[in-house]
Amino acid sequence: MIFYPIAALCIALALAVVLNKNPINSAMSLIGMMLGLAAIFAFLQAHFIAILQIIIYAGAIMVLFMFVIMLLNLKEDAGSWMARDKNKLLNGLTAVMLVGGLYKIIDVLTQTDFKAAPAVQDSFGTVARIGEALFTDFVLPFEVASILLLAAMVGVVVLAKSKLD
Amino acid sequence: MVPLTHYLIFSAVLFTIGVFGVLVRRNVIVVFMSIEIMLNAVNISLIGFDRYFDQNDGQIFSFMVMCVAAAEVSIGLAIIISLFRNKPTVNLDEFNILKG
Repeated sequence: MIFYPIAALCIALALAVVLNKNPINSAMSLIGMMLGLAAIFAFLQAHFIAILQIIIYAGAIMVLFMFVIMLLNLKEDAGSWMARDKNKLLNGLTAVMLVGGLYKIIDVLTQTDFKAAPAVQDSFGTVARIGEALFTDFVLPFEVASILLLAAMVGVVVLAKSKLD
Repeated sequence: MVPLTHYLIFSAVLFTIGVFGVLVRRNVIVVFMSIEIMLNAVNISLIGFDRYFDQNDGQIFSFMVMCVAAAEVSIGLAIIISLFRNKPTVNLDEFNILKG
């Protein structure tokens, strides 16, 4: 039952990311939201993914965001921070999406299909079980992910270099 | 206990907030952070389904999503820094050279 306050906190922090004028405040709110999500993963007994969320997301990706925000020395957004109102189609599509999402949420809330969580094995979410699946059933995505990370590293070094003389 | 539908609703609300941020904000960094919100919302949905059916697949998928998110953020921020060298702004409305 402690899921509900933490979920409400995550939603409030996500709204703070989107509605804030200062990009540093948005980044700090996003770090808070990721930590809250790590707590929810831990409640779901997915301990490996919870630790990975903290290490990868809050520990590496958000630090990269902070580096770039401070490198570019971004201040508060001057003037209006929202899209200019001349694009009526964009505003209409956004409104339709939000209203449709809200309708679907209320529709789902009025139906009770899933009951409480069934008991899972003790090894659910442990490193051993996920590692075994990762290296037997999912070894191909694992290797492809390593190639993807190598390509990303090479691309970043090439993109961020100064002009080659 | 918490039914699965509540986790899915939470994931849907977070995803909607992320899409709202991508469409409405004009600061490039905040658009990137909204993309991260969307990826985290999908992770919640994957782990929720795994817990309720006692499987591994969603957790490994979530692991791959995190891996792709790390690669995408690093490349995206490198692109932003390269853009910033040419034109010192992060306002998306001012990048309109390709506009007809």
